[in-house]
Amino acid sequence: MTELLASGSGSSAIKELINKLCEPHWFLIISVVLFFVFLIGYRTFTKPAIAGTIGALSTLAFLASCTDPNFVKIIQKADNVPIVMMMMSVSFFLWLAFRQAAVNDERMEKGEPLLEAGADDKVLVWPDLVYIELICLVLFTAFLVVWTVVLRAPLEQPADPNVAPNPAKAPWYFLGLQEMLVYFDPWLAGVVLPGLIIVGLIAIPYIDTNPRGNGYYTFKERPFAITTFLFGFVILWVVLIIFGTFLRGPNWNFFGPFEYWDLHRPMALLNTEFHDIVWIGMLGKALPTEDWWFIPGYLIRELPGILVVGAYFVIGPLALYALFFRKIYRQIGFIRYNVMVMLLLVMMLMPIKMALRWTLNLHYVVGITEWFLNV
Amino acid sequence: MGRIGNWIREGQIWGSVFRHGVPRDRRTRAMAILSNVFLHLHPVAVRKSGIRLSFTWCMGGLTFFLFLVEIVTGVLLMFYYRPVVEYAYFDIQGLRAHVTLGLLREMHRWGAHAMIITIWLHMLRVFLTGSYKPPREFNWSIGVILLVLTLLLSFTGYLLPWDQLAMWAITVGSNMARATPLAGSEGPLTSFLQIGGVPLVHAGDDARFGLLAGTFVGPNALLRFYVLHCVFIPVVVTVLLAVHFWRIRKDGGISGPL
Ligand code: HEM
Repeated sequence: MTELLASGSGSSAIKELINKLCEPHWFLIISVVLFFVFLIGYRTFTKPAIAGTIGALSTLAFLASCTDPNFVKIIQKADNVPIVMMMMSVSFFLWLAFRQAAVNDERMEKGEPLLEAGADDKVLVWPDLVYIELICLVLFTAFLVVWTVVLRAPLEQPADPNVAPNPAKAPWYFLGLQEMLVYFDPWLAGVVLPGLIIVGLIAIPYIDTNPRGNGYYTFKERPFAITTFLFGFVILWVVLIIFGTFLRGPNWNFFGPFEYWDLHRPMALLNTEFHDIVWIGMLGKALPTEDWWFIPGYLIRELPGILVVGAYFVIGPLALYALFFRKIYRQIGFIRYNVMVMLLLVMMLMPIKMALRWTLNLHYVVGITEWFLNV
Repeated sequence: MGRIGNWIREGQIWGSVFRHGVPRDRRTRAMAILSNVFLHLHPVAVRKSGIRLSFTWCMGGLTFFLFLVEIVTGVLLMFYYRPVVEYAYFDIQGLRAHVTLGLLREMHRWGAHAMIITIWLHMLRVFLTGSYKPPREFNWSIGVILLVLTLLLSFTGYLLPWDQLAMWAITVGSNMARATPLAGSEGPLTSFLQIGGVPLVHAGDDARFGLLAGTFVGPNALLRFYVLHCVFIPVVVTVLLAVHFWRIRKDGGISGPL
């Protein structure tokens, strides 16, 4: 590994810094900070000149990284090519959307008509729309044909149930879910949370009763809805996919983008349980094991964790109401408010658990292993 | 040339296929849309702002196009591929080695990846233009189901080449089903489902077993995924797409400021 890094000569210090910045906590914190900086300064950052410069610089950085053998090894995996495309297209279209939002928001302030104005101007589908569709289709077909011819679809060794690859990765579009497995047991990461993502998405139009921003790009008229949705999509989905693809190696260990995937790096140890922190650390007692009346001992052992999780979901909605959401509550009413806050709290479980893992090396908040019920 | 073109367009054959004249004026242009079973997915006239490329990015359209590409290439692959453990891998290898249009496998695979990207972008644009707001709430819900089905299509297809990548990705994925609360053999609270000490849900009948038709990713799983991938999910998607497109029109066409 050191040899490989040394071959990068002068740039090795930069590479080491980048490897460091890509460690899970830094990577996520930086992404979140950039995310909010972008949303706050969207009118500035989306100006074509500025956005173009950022785009060009990122492309340059990407190309420069391609001089590193470890980086190229990951990028070159045929199945990883779509992720690079996904990153670029999501960035581009986010820019396109926010650029139009910025223009519209400015126009609304000045009382000028929107980009999408003229709702009554109708055009015939033939030729106006049919030709747009045809051109899109032809260009896209050309793109797909080139992709098909240039890049071979991967085919590895025949399936062998006795030889497990390391790391065994899900297809890239599910890597966000696989990353959740680091922080939660499969019943949450693989079943309940994905289910709630689907339910939450379906619920969006029934929760968001804000009548404005229907049918045109805007950020100013619905900042909360857009921020929440994009936090889920960009940070908790796209960023985690990037993370899972490029920075997770053997044994699902973390590896920097310019690091060699060392098979022998030991697995991360998780040894802090919440019940240990409370009973042993704070109360100075042994873990309770005795049953009490009809309540089994392990439930008493987990009582602190159960209380904390319970409080999160009971006090959470009240606290959020008192602190931030009075206006929203008035707009959407009791039922919608509770559904929304529950979904929001569930979504935030992920970053919260991540933070607990990084700071306390926490394994389970509630660990009723007897029932496979661990949070 | 022009004369030949006119002669063809005025002949009986052309006239029997396209009932309208050359779409040059308002009436024939409207007829071109109305009298064509494919084009009449569209209304005759649309809001000007709705068709600007910078508004829709044509992402829904591209997603639909990719779905069609997948169907065409997929049907062609079905002529060659056999969903049996003994043959599956070597059929895929054969596609590369000695089938004239074996490149279709590449197109099928990359098309699937592309479709996932375009469907995400489509959802992003629908969200950012607020197009899920009334009266389009229900169509957004249909869309979410379509999104889930698209991901499932990719997931089921991933197993079919029967290589290491396929088998282990599906193993990782399907192991999760084991942890379904109450329905997976290692799921939370499942241990309470028992009669006289005999567990009702165990590895031989839990959610994972239902998914794989067995306790491991083997021949039954391959056949099950094949049928889901080639028949069941595409049919459901097709039906839902019909609803999706129908509702776009019934909800007043592409959204726009009121
Ligand atoms: C197989 C997948 C899908 C296909 C082929 C598809 C296709 C389309 C097409 C062609 C349109 C017309 C406007 C446009 O191109 O943007 C459209 C509109 C729409 N789609 Fe989809 N869609 C799919 C998935 C989704 C998903 C995942 C969602 C949201 C979760 C969604 C929600 C909507 C809504 C609400 C509209 C109306 C937008 C408006 O009126 O501005 N669709 N869809």
